[in-house]
Amino acid sequence: MATAPALPGGFELPLEPRLPRLGSVDAVGLEERAAMLATRSIKRASKVFALDLAIRCMDLTTLEGADTPGKVAALSSKAIRPDPTDPGIPSVAAICVYPNLVPAALERTKGTSVKVASVATAFPSGQAPLDVKLAEVRDVVAMGAHEVDMVIDRGAFLSGRYAQVYDEIVQVKEACAGRAHLKVILETGELGSYDNVRRAALLAIAGGADFIKTSTGKVSTNATLPVALCMLEVIRDVHEETGRVVGLKVAGGIRQAKQAVQYLVQVYETLGPAWLTPDRYRIGASTLLNDILMQLRKERTGRYQNPDYFTID
Amino acid sequence: MKTPAPVTEGGRDAVLAKSKRAAIVSKWDYAPAPEAKDLVKIADRYGLFIGGKFVEPLSKQRYTTIDPSSEEPLSEIAQAGKADVAKAVRAARDAYTRRWSTLRPSERAKYLYRIARILQERSREFAVLESRNGGKPIRESRDVDLPLAAAHFFYYAGWADKLEYAFPNRKPRPIGVAGQIIPWNFPLLMLAWKIAPALAAGNTVVLKPAETTPLTALLFCDVLRQAELPPGVVNIVTGDGRTGAELVANADVNKIAFTGSTEVGKAIQRAVAGSGKRLTLELGGKAANIVFDDAPLDQAVEGIVNGIYFNQGHVCCAGSRLFVQESIYDAIIAKLKRRMSTLRVGDPLDKNTDVGAINSKAQLEKIAGLVQSGVDEGAEIYQPPCKLPERGYWFAPTVFTNVAQSYRIAQEEIFGPVLSVLTFRTPDEAVEKANNTPYGLSAGVWTEKGSRILAMAQRLRAGVVWANTYNRFDPASPFGGYKESGFGREGGRHGLEPYLAFDEG
Amino acid sequence: MTRLAVRKTYKLFIGGAFPRSESGRTIVVEGANVARGSRKDLRDAVRIARQAGVAWSGATAYNRGQVLYRLGEMMEARGAALAAACRGEAEVERAIDRVVWYAGWADKLAQVVGSANAVAGPYFNFTIPEPTGVVGIIAPAAPALLGLVTRVLPAIVGGNTVVVIASEAHPLAAIELAECIATADVPPGVVNIITGLRAELAPVLASHMDVAGLDLCGADGDVAELERLGAENVKRIVRGRPDSQSPYEITAFLELKTVWHPVGL
Repeated sequence: MATAPALPGGFELPLEPRLPRLGSVDAVGLEERAAMLATRSIKRASKVFALDLAIRCMDLTTLEGADTPGKVAALSSKAIRPDPTDPGIPSVAAICVYPNLVPAALERTKGTSVKVASVATAFPSGQAPLDVKLAEVRDVVAMGAHEVDMVIDRGAFLSGRYAQVYDEIVQVKEACAGRAHLKVILETGELGSYDNVRRAALLAIAGGADFIKTSTGKVSTNATLPVALCMLEVIRDVHEETGRVVGLKVAGGIRQAKQAVQYLVQVYETLGPAWLTPDRYRIGASTLLNDILMQLRKERTGRYQNPDYFTID
Repeated sequence: MKTPAPVTEGGRDAVLAKSKRAAIVSKWDYAPAPEAKDLVKIADRYGLFIGGKFVEPLSKQRYTTIDPSSEEPLSEIAQAGKADVAKAVRAARDAYTRRWSTLRPSERAKYLYRIARILQERSREFAVLESRNGGKPIRESRDVDLPLAAAHFFYYAGWADKLEYAFPNRKPRPIGVAGQIIPWNFPLLMLAWKIAPALAAGNTVVLKPAETTPLTALLFCDVLRQAELPPGVVNIVTGDGRTGAELVANADVNKIAFTGSTEVGKAIQRAVAGSGKRLTLELGGKAANIVFDDAPLDQAVEGIVNGIYFNQGHVCCAGSRLFVQESIYDAIIAKLKRRMSTLRVGDPLDKNTDVGAINSKAQLEKIAGLVQSGVDEGAEIYQPPCKLPERGYWFAPTVFTNVAQSYRIAQEEIFGPVLSVLTFRTPDEAVEKANNTPYGLSAGVWTEKGSRILAMAQRLRAGVVWANTYNRFDPASPFGGYKESGFGREGGRHGLEPYLAFDEG
Repeated sequence: MTRLAVRKTYKLFIGGAFPRSESGRTIVVEGANVARGSRKDLRDAVRIARQAGVAWSGATAYNRGQVLYRLGEMMEARGAALAAACRGEAEVERAIDRVVWYAGWADKLAQVVGSANAVAGPYFNFTIPEPTGVVGIIAPAAPALLGLVTRVLPAIVGGNTVVVIASEAHPLAAIELAECIATADVPPGVVNIITGLRAELAPVLASHMDVAGLDLCGADGDVAELERLGAENVKRIVRGRPDSQSPYEITAFLELKTVWHPVGL
């Protein structure tokens, strides 16, 4: 636990270095700000830039019970070269899979810039004994996953056992052994309030998260613009207070290019251009990619597109 | 399931190189996203709208109205003189006695509903015109001014045939002819605030738009034509302060409603003294926006920004004095400056513009003069880096720190994008300093503690208190000032009262 | 042998006390030497009224109602003295009934005048009445007692404090009423009464920058001038009637405050 930073202020006794105060979030004000940012009109070159960036920041994801090595292979090809007819389209940042499919994903992406992320810690519920969760993390790291997407124990969080949540994150971070980046999924749709989102985000960052992530994509409410904004503001506070850089991954329900642009506008106007990079921002998605490809081709050709011209992988 | 072949090594390298290429971004320039100017046709010249049609001014005088963001002339506007005003008042009186006061209230209501609907239908056209003539960002005219203007007509339409429920036991009846004088900061919205309750109560109207922003009022005449409002029920006379003075002085006007500066408001109150004319005044302000250390900071910063940079600070209820509890001063100032750096200043018609043009040269000079006084008196000025257009009237969003209560920038209404920051230590101190002004229009409070919100709301001497929000408006919500910010309320049931006489026992 | 009566000295009523005019001057009215209040007496009265307003406006409405009801009780007890100072018993009875009527409004005003407003957004929004501050009243010349009660009660029941220029022709009723006020539980300074020459005092009251509202009921040919003077600090000016009774007499000197708060989880 040597690398774990101090607890956030407000949870426990203050320790040095302090994280930002716990604070609170006004729901209406947050939602209004998010709605206002969503009115930004992003056109022409600035839109192409955003769509290109959205691809570079994408964690192309498949998390189904029916996943197979074949499915992962197809996904990997799409990840590396999203549009075979247009060499100008970049690769996505990573593919995100279940632990069993990590080897297949690694094999198919070997030698490319595309990273392999694995969900872990009894994804999506997190309802398993700690040693089982830690064993799972050690396994995927040993297999060579570059990134681990863990879930927090929402049951513990909602019943006020913050220290337990925190300890678990610290131990998962240790299990990553400095070899895999840790993304901590808050599952904001189950937290009930923006105040809790802020708390959980601070807790995850205190526990050592490299990224905080909104959702598993497996519950009814996934990423929303206000939730993402709330988490960006936590990241901003942490950076201002401690200089530490933490990334954000939004996931679940982002299917249209327009949504992706709205999320990127939030990042740009909250954290500035430094966060417009896959090292600090990710969009977890599956069907989003084709919508972006359609939009990009529309920008290039001036014609509205037909989905049959884009491969479903 | 078919497994696709892996891409070639060369392809991978190319992809790798490409993704590294754009790894660092210094700025994301949003492409210009201007709303189309040709959505609205502007005539070369306008007459006065009297008795249901445009007529040439008897004064024979005109002046040019411009686009303050480019100084481009837009149209020639009539300067109504004494005889023109008298003609308009006669038309209003005639329409009042012959038509409007005898119409069934439910029919009055339907005219107002029609106006509301037409405004909704033509809202983008009005929004573009409002932004062109006034300099405000299209995002605000589109998302705030127009929806609220239509909502005001919709709200008061419903009151027209329910007045006896609004004022039980008082036997309400209309007053007669209302003379209404409105400012340039929300031209069409202020028109709606004035005309909607006046007509709902059964009065007829002579309205004078602000000198610099007559165009949406003149386009509104076309809405009246489409709504088939009887001639003379609404008359629009354009011109400068002299026209307003003639309207105030006209003996056949029964009620004056004025929104504008405290200085002019006092002059109007003096002018109507002894005449028995009814009067309501919505005047200036120097609102305190008070942030306690337990506030939701990011939302508070949004509220501060919305409080003072909304509509370039051309807002009578702008939160122009920020009071920050000392324990969070550094955090708030850092967040505020950072947020200010993301404000997009420029073309009012660009959909991404946050801060538009200053309304007029005179106003720009007033703002610049007061800002200079702040610098001279020793306050510390901060303006985010922003490139202002070369033509037109512009002023960068400005914040002053190290401001003493005695500085002019903490006392006088600047009516521009200029914030003065002061500090306090205890709630009592905040109340005392906040109330230490001749104005009393509005105030803001930011804290998570419910009992403190209510105690502060109770003790602040202001007609509107926004707690954990700022600059919200609604037709159902009464608005108006304490002290030298004026008297009478606009909005809500209370906003009808100034337009009614009562025969109570 | 008949007993020699002990005469009353008619003085001003400021801050709960009965001082002579600081000018030392008197006028003879209604057979008595009545204090001729000065500009400085008015100035002192306004200062004291403002101070008294803090507690009076901060008192609960229930408390204000009880205090004003107590005033009715005191008037009832001193009916004979009051009757001697006005047109008689009938006027006193009407005045007392009016006091009691207004007393009952104190804790009902907010419900009748205030509102919860249905705004189109996630906000709770309500409007409540609040006192405007110090109200200057030029009392009607007559009816001496009922006219005074008619103008003073609606102003104070809502939480304002008042400075009254008493009827120049009939000041004794005002001082008799002051004695009732002083012995009811009305806090010192809530009602202040200056006797003297109206033409001399009214412009001072109308132009005073710390007077928020002005009731010109008793003004005569000088209404326009007083209204002009009142514009300097945007006074709320009404010309009340000497004999009326309505909750809207109260609202004439009430401000309306609207409070917004977000509704969110």
